[in-house]
Amino acid sequence: MAPDSRLLTLDSVPKLWRLARLEYDQVRQRPVLLYPEGAVLLNDTGAAILELCNGSRTVGEIVTILTERYQADVGADVTEYLDRMADRELVRAG
Amino acid sequence: MPGDVPTTLLAELTHRCPLHCPYCSNPLELIRAEGELTTEDWKRVFTQARALGVLQLGLSGGEPLLRKDLEELAAHARREGLYSTLVTSGLGLTRPRAERLKEAGLEHIQISIQDSDPEVAERIAGVRSVKHKQTAAALVRELGFAFTVNVVLHRANLDRIGEIIDMAAGLGADRIELANTQYYGWGLKNRAALMPTREQVERSREVAEKAIQQYRGQMQITYVLPDYYEPYPKACYGGWGKLYLVIAPNGIALPCHGATQITTLSFDNVRNHSLEWIWRESEAFRAFRGDSWMKEPCRSCPRKAVDFGGCRCQAFALTGDATNTDPVCTLTPLRHIIDEALAEAPVPMDHFQYRYVAGEPVQA
Repeated sequence: MAPDSRLLTLDSVPKLWRLARLEYDQVRQRPVLLYPEGAVLLNDTGAAILELCNGSRTVGEIVTILTERYQADVGADVTEYLDRMADRELVRAG
Repeated sequence: MPGDVPTTLLAELTHRCPLHCPYCSNPLELIRAEGELTTEDWKRVFTQARALGVLQLGLSGGEPLLRKDLEELAAHARREGLYSTLVTSGLGLTRPRAERLKEAGLEHIQISIQDSDPEVAERIAGVRSVKHKQTAAALVRELGFAFTVNVVLHRANLDRIGEIIDMAAGLGADRIELANTQYYGWGLKNRAALMPTREQVERSREVAEKAIQQYRGQMQITYVLPDYYEPYPKACYGGWGKLYLVIAPNGIALPCHGATQITTLSFDNVRNHSLEWIWRESEAFRAFRGDSWMKEPCRSCPRKAVDFGGCRCQAFALTGDATNTDPVCTLTPLRHIIDEALAEAPVPMDHFQYRYVAGEPVQA
């Protein structure tokens, strides 16, 4: 991937990789994304973003929901986070 | 470091296997059926593993499908919240069993492929297996499991790495793991017949890099190069006793599947101890945690935080002292051991010493 290319735009419809699922890890007291041979420990914000990636909402809609929830402009954070997850192929554009 | 939390447990449910691959990662001394843990033992271990922080469970072997209680174990693992991978040859994966495993909540199946050339594949496996594997792969796809093809690479198949990748894509794999042979145990015994040439390795690296781009979004490709051709050793599972543990079929707990060959260590058994005690307190798991055990050049080396001195099993197997730097490292005078091995004359495939349980009849 070229370093300047964005994998997702505000109109993309992200969803979790078919093989990944969200769990809550009681031991670490943290949400975790599980997939074949791997696991990503998430913070609450990361989990909140990924929970909204249901394959029907756009990135823009996710930003709107979270901006309202946190009463702050989270647009750049959300798109950057999803782009990083897309680069790792843990989130796919629908 | 009592704070380390393991993420991955490899459960070697059995050493029994219909295949006889000469690079098998099981130890030379294979455990027989009568020595295996019971269903209840394994369930207890899985429960304890989750409580300890394990997230990923490998149901492996030998051939784990030879355990009649596999479905029950998979269901228990899922109830505990573990993400389970069945690591199988594909032999024995019938439709009823695959359906029961799906029902049990198993998520991911890895099928080993020996080569894209069926004749060589069966020579490596030491048994007719190609058809069974194709049928198993189709079943895994049809039932919607996450599907990985894994391939051990060596001199006899490395030139077909491109064909092997295409074959995995054709089987509908979500992922392919290409790993060069690790030279301990059976692999070390067969090293002169398995070691690829530097040219083969270089070419394979190029092919793999191209394929990674080509299949991006369709199939994930991971490629592990042979460490003998690298300047620095591999970082074993994030360091000894850091993230990973293995339970052998008889209940012995190991920091790495090759660890039994370190004969200077003694290993505890899940029949006698909790997994938590073994992880935190047992001699074997504490032996090479952190860096106080290290000698020079590791001790003062900045790379010790990157590769932890390399593989303890390899250090022991090749130097007789598990606290030595992994001889793969070009910063140690021990590197000559690796260079001499690379200079060894190759021997042909018909010199393979196939993996058999001692006393098991060798096929014609």
